[in-house]
Amino acid sequence: MLAYFLKRSLVALLVAITVSIISFMLLHLSGDLAQALAGPAATAADVEQVRKSYGLDRPLPVQYLEWGGRALRGDFGQSFFNREPVFDMIAERLPITMTLGATALALALALSIPLGIVAAVRPNTWLDRLALTVSVFGQALPSFWFGLLLIILFGLDLRWLPVSGTGGWRYYVMPSIALAYYATPAFMRLTRAGMLEVLASDYIRTARAKGLRPASVLFKHALRNAIIPVVAVAAVQFGFLLGGSIVVESVFSLHGVGYLGWEAISRADFPVVQAIVLVLACIYIVLTLFADMLNAFLDPRIRVR
Amino acid sequence: MSVESFIGIGDRLQPSAAAILRRRVFGHTTFVFGAGTLAFILLVALNASWLAPHDPYAQNLAQRLIPPIWNADGSWTHVLGTDQLGRDYLSRVIYGTRISLLIGTAAMTMSGLIGTTLGVLAGYFGGRIDLAINFIITTRLAMPIILVALAVAALAGSSLENVILVLGLLLWDRFAVVTRSVTLQVRGLDYVAAAQAVGCSSLRVLASEILPNILNAIIVVATLEMANAILLEAALSFLGVGVPSPLPSWGLMIAEGKEYMFFTPWVITIPGVALFTLVLAINLLGDGVRDLTAPENRN
Amino acid sequence: MTALLAVEELHVEIPLALGTLRPVRGVSFEVERGKTLSIVGESGCGKSLTSLAIMNLLPRGARRTATRLGFGGSDLLGLDEREMADLRGNEIAMIFQEPMTSLNPAFTIGNQLEEALLRHRKVARGEARARAVYLLEKVGITAAPERLRQYPHQLSGGLRQRVMIAMALMCGPKLIIADEPTTALDVTIQAQILHLLAALRREFEMGVILITHDLGVVARIADRVAVMYAGEIVESGSVEEIFARPLHPYTQGLMRCIPVPGKSRRGEHLGSIPGMVPSLIGALRGCAFSNRCSHAFERCAVESVALGEIAPGRAYRCLLSAEACARNALEAAAQ
Repeated sequence: MLAYFLKRSLVALLVAITVSIISFMLLHLSGDLAQALAGPAATAADVEQVRKSYGLDRPLPVQYLEWGGRALRGDFGQSFFNREPVFDMIAERLPITMTLGATALALALALSIPLGIVAAVRPNTWLDRLALTVSVFGQALPSFWFGLLLIILFGLDLRWLPVSGTGGWRYYVMPSIALAYYATPAFMRLTRAGMLEVLASDYIRTARAKGLRPASVLFKHALRNAIIPVVAVAAVQFGFLLGGSIVVESVFSLHGVGYLGWEAISRADFPVVQAIVLVLACIYIVLTLFADMLNAFLDPRIRVR
Repeated sequence: MSVESFIGIGDRLQPSAAAILRRRVFGHTTFVFGAGTLAFILLVALNASWLAPHDPYAQNLAQRLIPPIWNADGSWTHVLGTDQLGRDYLSRVIYGTRISLLIGTAAMTMSGLIGTTLGVLAGYFGGRIDLAINFIITTRLAMPIILVALAVAALAGSSLENVILVLGLLLWDRFAVVTRSVTLQVRGLDYVAAAQAVGCSSLRVLASEILPNILNAIIVVATLEMANAILLEAALSFLGVGVPSPLPSWGLMIAEGKEYMFFTPWVITIPGVALFTLVLAINLLGDGVRDLTAPENRN
Repeated sequence: MTALLAVEELHVEIPLALGTLRPVRGVSFEVERGKTLSIVGESGCGKSLTSLAIMNLLPRGARRTATRLGFGGSDLLGLDEREMADLRGNEIAMIFQEPMTSLNPAFTIGNQLEEALLRHRKVARGEARARAVYLLEKVGITAAPERLRQYPHQLSGGLRQRVMIAMALMCGPKLIIADEPTTALDVTIQAQILHLLAALRREFEMGVILITHDLGVVARIADRVAVMYAGEIVESGSVEEIFARPLHPYTQGLMRCIPVPGKSRRGEHLGSIPGMVPSLIGALRGCAFSNRCSHAFERCAVESVALGEIAPGRAYRCLLSAEACARNALEAAAQ
């Protein structure tokens, strides 16, 4: 068990390094960074000046290794835009994004798991079809558009919630909804499929033959087994939500890591961009490891001998 | 005395294969709706120049922000109203179908080719190749894709071609994962072993035995990724790094209309509805294909 | 003595796209307290569905009808789902065929055993645990208290089946329905489990319905036998009568399939019954076995045959007279 975990961690480390290399290459090769920094009005001389002062004229591998070495120590350099330490900028905004992601995930699960259970208990009835239809509709809504509609409805017409900005819990409600609904259909289908499979299994037949009450059969026996893959997927999905928060944060002007990334991109502040990509990738990798462990913990067949 | 002598039962046991297929296809409303809507949108895109009442790029500042026909101030000259530069919305929506369909199809094809190749190679050859490709897939999944797409699109400059390239090079992961697992399944089947035993080369086995069987899975994933690509392009254009102005990308239209949305909400609702309808149609089509090719999934 | 369970004219129907499937067609039998009734038949003859129909655990879409399902004074047909659930695991318990998959992998053995009792009786958890230990020892599992903390996947198939038997006994049921309890187990374990079932039945004075396709199993522990074919009972009687003088051609065919040590000679063909079970969709004309019966004549394919009782508790379903059947049996035995 320990050996397996160590091996997975090693692979995870390699993946993280590869991601950092790829993002580094992508940023440096997809356009002239010096040009982007200098701006459209700069002359060729200005661009060269920028290139020298930011050290962009050195060979790429050298630049990468320098950056990588410092990153390992937690030093992501300084922002090209305002000279602040990148690490601080990210650390300040990461909790906001994590809160948004966690709330969205909780919302998605709270909605999709009951729907999935209901759909599985009454398969192919109108209830099931309704749940599936709702899920299909959910996946077709562009998240930024949904966000804007929410703003119009709740922020303007009903005036229940603030339209944009960062602050207390009210500022998270609409962004969480906008982020959550996209994950809901997948969870619902996963729960439904898992429950359908489990409800057809022999041990459920045994439970019924023992005379157990329907609630006990459904929640204690069936759900406990069906939920295992859902939980693992949820952990990974949390990583995706964090990465996808950039759009929602932009729409709602929520100052999280995604919004920072967006600002940094529009200002060609590439140390920030690089750092955010790496941080989000590492979080995702840790979450996949965590999902594995969750799987093992929840399924006695893996955990015990 | 034999079973066949129960003639009545014998007949009922064999409805024609065509009748079964017809029942399944038309009884399956999601597929029909999805395919029908998609076909309609495709027709609109192909015939945009006939259908659009105005030039989608023609600005007319005297006619800014005219509401659509269902509003009191609307008129039939601009059925869906105009935007903040006086451009006819109906025409822009019609031409917008071209952009979405083009980007969706092109990105889906590119990512499909990349992902399927990787997945089939990994599933068929196994061993070190599988390990390497798995590593590549895991790395790709670990990257926050929207952020990376944004960054690359911003640096490379916003253009239609760049959007297609960025999306095509990033959206192949699901293709790879699905084709890999299906290839693994198919590889273990008897007739593949038979083909190999007869001495067919790997390439031949791949082309003639494996590919036809993973076709169903590919089609389902293709619809998902096409929808994904369209939504991503809309998001990129919304954030300003996708398709450049003045092209009538629906995402861009929503971005441009954002500042006016409180007073003239149709500038964002109309392109949004268009996006929603197109993506919904593609998703329903994919669902329909999935249900048709694996009917046990419906239970 | 009134029977513990009296089944009268039980039918099971499953509507399909192609027609109505009738896997159980008018089955009637009785089970007495302290006795074992064995329902014998090949796969697909409807014996499992019969037991599920009695417990009202049929799969979705299947319908049951019966004239009466008398159990301990009441009619099971008239009970709603809640009352039926109160009986299940409590007064009627069931043991299934697949011990490997019949226990929930996410909970300990102890949890699942105790739950069976706690559901029906208001007792403290400690008392439930004590009963679980007691029954585990009764079914021959050593180190019972430690076993309670184990998970199903840590036990072998034979052990799991013993656990299933213990679980069925937790509430002291009056009737146990065992559906092919030993089919999935090794031959040596089979013998142990059967022996165990017989001993428990004697000790706790339960009625047992043992469903099986294996006549060897029947010979070992049954008191009475009902032979099923194509959804009907074709012969019934005490185990001695059935084995000594099988009347129905199908029963005779089954007997011939068993190799008998000392009698079957090396190199000799084992008996087999040619042909296939007819389709059970829609109505059947005539005798269901007629297409495979070597003694069939014209009326067999046309006339429906009722189950005829020739003595109390001894019945068979054939147009031939009892003497003719007995003669056929003797001829076959002589070969």
